[in-house]
Amino acid sequence: MSARQIHGIVRATSPLNTFLRLLLFAILGLFALYYLMPLFVMIATALKPLEEIRTGTLISLPQEPTLEPALRAWDSACVGVRCEGLKPYVWNSMAMVIPAVIISTFLGAINGYALTKWRFRGSDLIFGLMLFGAFIPFQVVLLPMARTLGILGMAGTVPGLVLVHTIYGLAFTTLFFRNFFVGVSDGIVQAAKIDGAGFFGIFFRLMLPMAPPAIVVTVIWQFTQIWNDFLFGVAFTVGDSNPVTVALNNLVASSTGVKEYNVDMAAAIIAAVPTLIVYVFAGKYFIRGLAAGAVKG
Amino acid sequence: MGKVRLDNVWKRFGSNEVIKGIDMEIEDGEFVVLVGPSGCGKSTLLNLVSGLETLSDGDVHIGERKVNDIAPKDRDIAMVFQSYALYPTKTVEENITFGMVTRRVPKEERQKALKEVTDLLHIEMLLDRKPGQLSGGQRQRVAMGRALVRDPEVFLFDEPLSNLDAKLRVEMRTEIKKLHQRLGKTIIYVTHDQVEAMSLATRIAVMDAGTIRQIAPPEEIYERPVDLFVASFIGSPAMALVKGKVVQSDGLKLDVTDEEGTVLFPIPRELTATAKSFLGRELILGLRPESIVKEGEQRGGRQTFAFERRIDVVEPTGPDTLIIFTLGGVEAIARVHPEDKAPVDSMYRFEVDMERAKLFDPETGKRLSASS
Ligand SMILES: Nc1ncnc2c1ncn2[C@@H]1O[C@H](COP(=O)(O)OP(=O)(O)OP(=O)(O)O)[C@@H](O)[C@H]1O
Ligand SMILES: [Mg+2]
Repeated sequence: MSARQIHGIVRATSPLNTFLRLLLFAILGLFALYYLMPLFVMIATALKPLEEIRTGTLISLPQEPTLEPALRAWDSACVGVRCEGLKPYVWNSMAMVIPAVIISTFLGAINGYALTKWRFRGSDLIFGLMLFGAFIPFQVVLLPMARTLGILGMAGTVPGLVLVHTIYGLAFTTLFFRNFFVGVSDGIVQAAKIDGAGFFGIFFRLMLPMAPPAIVVTVIWQFTQIWNDFLFGVAFTVGDSNPVTVALNNLVASSTGVKEYNVDMAAAIIAAVPTLIVYVFAGKYFIRGLAAGAVKG
Repeated sequence: MGKVRLDNVWKRFGSNEVIKGIDMEIEDGEFVVLVGPSGCGKSTLLNLVSGLETLSDGDVHIGERKVNDIAPKDRDIAMVFQSYALYPTKTVEENITFGMVTRRVPKEERQKALKEVTDLLHIEMLLDRKPGQLSGGQRQRVAMGRALVRDPEVFLFDEPLSNLDAKLRVEMRTEIKKLHQRLGKTIIYVTHDQVEAMSLATRIAVMDAGTIRQIAPPEEIYERPVDLFVASFIGSPAMALVKGKVVQSDGLKLDVTDEEGTVLFPIPRELTATAKSFLGRELILGLRPESIVKEGEQRGGRQTFAFERRIDVVEPTGPDTLIIFTLGGVEAIARVHPEDKAPVDSMYRFEVDMERAKLFDPETGKRLSASS
């Protein structure tokens, strides 16, 4: 028997095993290639001058890499008639995503806490209804929501979009926190009640400090959802208040003269970078948080 | 004052009646232990006293005050939970002083109170740790510290020792008893552990399905259980409950017949008058393991009686050996000296002290007493 286990790696033991192992890696490699190809094309194209794109092939490496397209995409490419690049729209998105994430996460935490630790008649029903909200296709709510925003005088504004994202994010944020707090012993709340702490005292002094795993999961989820949202952005904002996703679409669609693929690609990368950053910094907590939720019970 | 009084207390969860009209009066400084099968409402009763659950009906008084509508924090109680319920993100010190911080007690006073309980419980070296870095016994101490620091009139304990291993449980049990003797505060204590109940309580309350069957000092609960439920619930190993028929044969006898033959147990002398009315009917004979021994071993027994049965199982426990046999179709246990043990399947002559035997009316479940 030559099967050895070194640091958790099981080694192949027979020729057949070796063959299967190679086959496995070949298939996985193929999938990885399939997944990474567009990314490669995107990055390569974004770094090429326009000349090279016209003469070279799609998958050739840039011969003279340049940041020119990226800079153009950032602050001088035309989005519709406005030629200031994506910059103002990135700020729009920031102004939308930051308050929306903070508010929806905070409210989700309170909801999850109240639904598990201060159960009241009908709390399960309310949770069920909220959960239902997580499964509503958003197209359904476009018209009623537009009307509501109109009545509130928030149509076409960034705060209006913040409101929409906060409301539709609540279903998920509540779900995440409910599932986390359900695993927290009720005894802690009872002990704190005897110690004289109230609803918010227990929440801020005991529950929130325990919840970083849930907070990280929720923030990442909400950030990605809201940042990448196109539907609400295109439906509820106009021109100058567009989030970056909508601006990106408009930038690519604005065809004045030659099609600048390199600028389009660079713009797409710019629009995607913030979510990547969030993953890089908090990704491991995300995974850990998901796993913790699974075993905590 | 740490008196606690429950008047006709009811608790319903929807249509589920969990506490069914309990009356109880606990004197200042008493140590009352609640026992009963799982789900009988012990924790709920405790939570009604603490105020963590609201009453469906009835009144709760603590001291001279009616506390029905008073919040837990203002009831002058402290509670220790089975799961300890320590605050996981706070250090031991913060756990103990949490309540005082909430009540805005000045820092000096907090430190003084903290020092008192840490000295009492020997946990000064743990103050900077988080609960996750403590052993079970240490967590238990911190949970007690958190309760003690409140200096309440009434302590409520919900199975505080059940998460500890056997040795630690015995140690902590003694410490709790010492604390009670030292502080003299009223304690209501829930446990599943018979020995804990017997050794700690000034009175034991045996609960069953939301009612209290009997509340009395441990010896009385043990020696004079009111009914079959209390008799079978208290005592470990449990009392053997053997059905027999009351017959007249050279005095009043209880006829227990099974495939090994007939045994005619004499009726305990002081119960003959009561048992007479059962002539020709059934009674249940209750025999605790320690009242069945090897023939001739009964010392000071005033009304001994011997019979013979085949041994089913022999279980040494250390100080005693348990001999398990069948009597009247049910399992009975004798507690004999280790040197008196005999091989399985051999015939053995047992002896009972009928003075300590109990008789129960099978219809009402009540224990027969001399006066009834
Ligand atoms: N919040 C609640 N809602 C509905 N039913 C409840 C609630 N709390 C307790 N019960 C029910 O009340 C009954 C008594 O529960 P309780 O926790 O008081 O039992 P217990 O005697 O402490 O049991 P154990 O020894 O297992 O701790 C159980 O049948 C339980 O299902
Ligand atoms: Mg309980």
